[in-house]
This record gives sequence, structure tokens and C-alpha cells, in this order.
Amino acid sequence: MLKHHDKLERNSIILVIATAIVVSIGGIVEILPLFRIETTIEKVEGMRPYTPLELAGQNIYIREGCYLCHSQQIRALRDEVERYGHYSLAAESMYDHPFQWGSERQGPDLSRVGGKYSDEWHTAHLTDPRSVVPESIMPSYAFMKDRAVDLHDISDHLRTLKTLGVPYTDDMIAHAYDDAINQGRNDGDTSGLTARYGNKVFARSFDGQPNMVSEMNALIAYLQRLGNMVDFTKYNPDLDPRNLPDGAVKAKGEAKP
Amino acid sequence: MTTTPANTNGYNDEVVKLFTVASLFWGVVGMLAGLWLALELTWPALNLGEYLNFGRLRPVHTSGVIFAFGGNVLFATSYYVVQRTCQVRLWNDALAKFTFWGYQLFIVLAASGYLMGITEGKEYAEPEWYSKLWLTIVWVAYLATFLGTVIIRREPHIYVANWFFLSFIITIAVLHITNGLSLPVSLFGTKSYSLFAGVQSAMIQWWYGHNAVGFFLTAGFLGIMYYFIPKQANRPVYSYRLSILHFWSLIFIYIWAGPHHLHYTALPDWAQTLGMTFSIMLWMPSWGGMINGIMTLSGAWHKLRDDPILQFMIVALAFYGMSTFEGPLMSIKEVNALSHYTNWTIGHVHSGALGWVAFISFGALYHMVPKLWKRDGMYSVKLISLHLWVSTIGIVLYITSMWAAGITQGLMWRSYDKLGFLQYSFSESVQAMHPFYIIRALGGALYLAGALIMIYNMWKTIKGCSNCNCQKA
Repeated sequence: MLKHHDKLERNSIILVIATAIVVSIGGIVEILPLFRIETTIEKVEGMRPYTPLELAGQNIYIREGCYLCHSQQIRALRDEVERYGHYSLAAESMYDHPFQWGSERQGPDLSRVGGKYSDEWHTAHLTDPRSVVPESIMPSYAFMKDRAVDLHDISDHLRTLKTLGVPYTDDMIAHAYDDAINQGRNDGDTSGLTARYGNKVFARSFDGQPNMVSEMNALIAYLQRLGNMVDFTKYNPDLDPRNLPDGAVKAKGEAKP
Repeated sequence: MTTTPANTNGYNDEVVKLFTVASLFWGVVGMLAGLWLALELTWPALNLGEYLNFGRLRPVHTSGVIFAFGGNVLFATSYYVVQRTCQVRLWNDALAKFTFWGYQLFIVLAASGYLMGITEGKEYAEPEWYSKLWLTIVWVAYLATFLGTVIIRREPHIYVANWFFLSFIITIAVLHITNGLSLPVSLFGTKSYSLFAGVQSAMIQWWYGHNAVGFFLTAGFLGIMYYFIPKQANRPVYSYRLSILHFWSLIFIYIWAGPHHLHYTALPDWAQTLGMTFSIMLWMPSWGGMINGIMTLSGAWHKLRDDPILQFMIVALAFYGMSTFEGPLMSIKEVNALSHYTNWTIGHVHSGALGWVAFISFGALYHMVPKLWKRDGMYSVKLISLHLWVSTIGIVLYITSMWAAGITQGLMWRSYDKLGFLQYSFSESVQAMHPFYIIRALGGALYLAGALIMIYNMWKTIKGCSNCNCQKA
């Protein structure tokens, strides 16, 4: 071994090539199949791309680094499923560029926070977290309420994501701005929005401000949509070809708060 | 082990000095941000509005200490080591200088962006597309400078430290480019979308993330170990065979370990199992390297008694051994079920970062500074000792409080009462963290104080001698 290694130690180019090969193997084996194996992402009903307002909300979520304290990934463990709801499916983050699974829980998991609290609760909580959760250590995001959400290039955002494989239609891209404004108002004309994104789109003034679609409005629109797109009455985990890990919950359709 | 040639003036030490000073500056910035974050988690009123909120400041801390402090240390030491072990001046002075200013520009671009909310939203890979492109250019220049110097070496053999530095530079390039692939919304805007989504982006991100640990914070700093410990102890590396085994097994196995960040998630089970298996295997090369470093003192243990620089290096290896035992343990699924998402992970990261990465860096900096500025030695050996002890106490407070905090969190989240309901609400687990967070902040403050002692000592070494007579002939 030592004799052969001598060659590597004397020729820098061979050393570089050998190193590059050795460090590539693991990544190739673990990553490439994920793009080819169809069982990586389950077939589910109900998943749709984010509406323009929800997408703007997700971008605020990323901008503020919410993912640094909140996970969006319920593991297949009994206590997590009972606390947060059905364990997360790969399909549920298939339109997230990039994923928002997080790595820490300074705050609770948000995978299924959608519909769990009222809009008023979210507005109060984002403005002054300790007014509704005295033990909270979350920063205040009051400034979001006074600032209109930036939608001037929202069509370009949809177009970029379409290029990356998110199934936005030309119609969705063309009407992105109007759809966003209409979704964030109590009196918006939502006929076009529901025609494009389906009946299960929530449209209202999420932060209660009638005259402006604020950043907080967009963020709450995003949060209220988290984890309730998939129709779990039509999802049968027993038909899911992937094996659940040991000790994991086998089937749990209902989500408990 | 090659010896330093008589004429050290032949080396480009100017650029090494620049990187050394930059590493001290960014080290303080990064640690200060970390301390502030620790205080924010303890007393949330300290989130002083938009720009200093936890979510915006956190990448300033992580990138600040890893890429700004650690990165500048790696540039400084790799340029220092490659010249001395190849017996030749850096291949291209202009390119080397470009890597310095280019890298500082990258740090400023990235960090100022974080405070303004410009981020790709991937931990340790937050810079937006334009910063990432710029870093790619700088990194290619770094590879060219380093490899160019190795190619024109006067020594027939490439010294082991340079293998580690080379593997670090190459692998970081591969990781950075693959994980950074993204499509900007507009060429005149800051926002871009990652090429990958959901489960694939998670796998690629943690393949990147864990190997930022493996190659930036491990392979690079092992390069430092393989040069500076033998130099400081004045002994050859313990085992040449072990070096070879250490190098190839470490770089082969590390790259597989990423999926242990994604246990019990929507990532397919086979990938999780592969990640866990290789993480456990990784224990062996890690300890092989630690043994090779510590046993270098074989026959010279007495030097450890009164040389605080050597003490820094050996304590670093002890922490390396500890965190590379803890890491494989935490990668076991059943342990991870408890530890993941909790402060245990924070404690683990910091035992590696504060104990291993920063301590081996401090040792190397204390070794280099007097030589770079041509002084007989550091201004004060006692202050080095003080730094060592203040920092070590800081680390112990930090990691023990985070272990206790993490296990408390993990147990609270999964406890059930007699009737079979979850016993604690999430907010009760947040409340339970408060005392631990106070201890952690104290540990962090001590660690920062230690770093400031070092900077004072170095400043005195560099500047204080201009009016005395300690200039080396």
C-alpha cells in the first residue's frame, strides 16, 4: 500500500483526481436515486402550488429566518403525530424551493399550523408574541403590519418557479398580481383565483386591515395554508410503498391539535 | 516533516498576515453575534427590531464564525503551511492577494445581506446567488494558488497536511456549487429560487451541510493539526501509515453521513439508514486521526506541562475525540429521535466548534504570529494560559447546559401522563429552557472574553515590540 501511495504523494494532479473520485461516491449513491425512484414522493390528492399571496408569504418566512427556530417536518414518532398531526409526507414540500423542514425547535413545528389558530390570533401573535403566549421567546414582527407586501415582480417569481418545474400555468403567471391582491382582501373578486387554484383557497384580509395587503397579511395567508392541502381521507399509508421506520406510527389519518 | 529553510524571507508571509488579522476581527464579530443571540433567546426583549431579530442575526453568527473566522484561519494556515512544506514561495502573489480581498468582499456581501433579509434560506448556505457566484470565483483562485504552489514545490513528496488542505478546497467547491444551484428571479434582483425542492433539496442541503462540517471544519483543520502540532512539539507525526489510512477513510466515509440530519422524516428510509451506518463508521477514522495527533507527543509529554500553545492543540484534539464520539452516537436513529430538534444538537456543534475548531486555530495562531512578525515569542505566555482556562470553562458551561437543556426538551416533548395524554405543552418546554440559556450565555461570554485576551496579547506582540528590542535577528 505504502509503495503505491508514493505515486499519489509525488503527483499532485493524480492526488487531486483520486480525492475528487473518493469524495464523489457517497453523494452520487445517496442523491441521484432520489430523482429517479418514483417512490420518493407519494401520490396524493390536494397538493397545488402556492397562490401568489402565499408564495409572497413564504418568501417573508424565509427572509425573516423563521425556519431557524421552527421546523416543518413532523417525524413518524408517536408523540410528534399526537402533538402536531399526521407525519409529514414528501409530497407536502414538493413545491418548496428550497425545503423548509428546519433543524431546530426553539418554537413548535409549523407543518400543520394552517387552520389551527384564527387570523386574529396570528395577527396578535406576530405583533406581540407574549400577548398571547406568555412563555414565548419569539421576536416581535409588528413592522410587517405597516408595510405593503412587495408584489411588483410576483409574476416573475411564478415564471421562475415554472422553469424549475412547479406547475404554474401561463394564466396563473399573467394574473399573479391581481390574484394576490384579491386573495388578501375581504371584498376581492376571487372568481379568477378559485378558477385557477381551486375552491380550497382562503381569500380574506388575513390581518384585518381593509385598505392594504400587508406583509403580515401575506405571511398569515401562507401559515393558514400550511399542512392542510393534502386530502388525508384519500391517502392510505398502507399503500405507501415506503416502509415506515421501527417504532413509527403505522396509520394515523386524523390530526389532533 | 520538513524543516524550515534558513531563508524564510523567500515566503509570501504578507498575505498570511492579512488573513491572520482578518480572522481575529471576524472571530470577534461572529462570537459577539453569537452571544447576542444567546441573550435574545434568554430575554426576547433584546430582539431590537427588524435588523437585529434572531432570524436575521443567526446566519451572521454561523457564517461569521465558520466561514469568516474559520475560513480566514484556513487561508492563513494553508498558505503558511504550503510554502514551508513545499519549500517554495506562493505560486502567484497577485492571485493570493486577490483571494484575500475577494474573500473579505464575499463575507461583507453575505453578512450585510442577512441583516437585510437577503437569504436563500438554507442553513450555512444562506448567501444569495450573486454572493455565491462571487465566492465561486474566489474559490477557484484559491485552488489555483494552493495547487499551483504544490505543483512547483521543491520537495519530492507532498506533505500530509497539504492532502487535507487540498481535499478541503476541492470538496467545498463541489458542495458549494451543487447545493448553490439556483435560478435568479431577475439579474437585477437579489432573490433566487433553489433548483431543488422538497425532499431532494433537503438531502442535497444536508449532504452539503454535514460536509461543510466534514471538510471545512474537519479536513481543513486536520491539515492545521498535521503541521502545527509536530512543529510546536518538535516531534515527527506519530504514524505515517495511520496518516494515509486516516486521510482516505475520513474523506470517503464523511460524504455519506448527511442523511443523519433527516431521520424519521419524509426522506426514504434507505437513505436514512445509509447515513446512519456511515456516521457510525466515521467514528474510527476520526479517532485514528486524534490518536495520530496526540501520540505525536510520544516521548515529549513533558512539553505539555509548560507550553500553553501545545495545551491548546491537545485540548482541541480531546474535544475532537469527544465530539466525534458524540456525533456517531447522535446519528443512531433511536438516539436521534430524542436529540433531534433539541438544544443537544447545539451543544454538540459547539463542543466541536469551540473545543476543536477554534482551539486548534488559537494554537496555530499563537504559533504563527511571533514567526510572521519576527518576534521571539508571544508577548505573554501567562495570558495564553489565562485564555486557555477562561475559554475551557466557557466551553464546559456551554456544552453541559445545552446537553441538559436538550435532553430536558426531548423528554418533555415525549412524556405522557397517567391517562395517556401528552404531559407538557410546547410552551412549557420553552419555559424550562430559561435557566439553561442563562448558563449558556455566561459560557459564551467567557469564551468571547478569552478571545479578547488573545487579541490583546497578539496586539502587544505585534505592536508592542516596536519600541523594545525583541526583534529577531
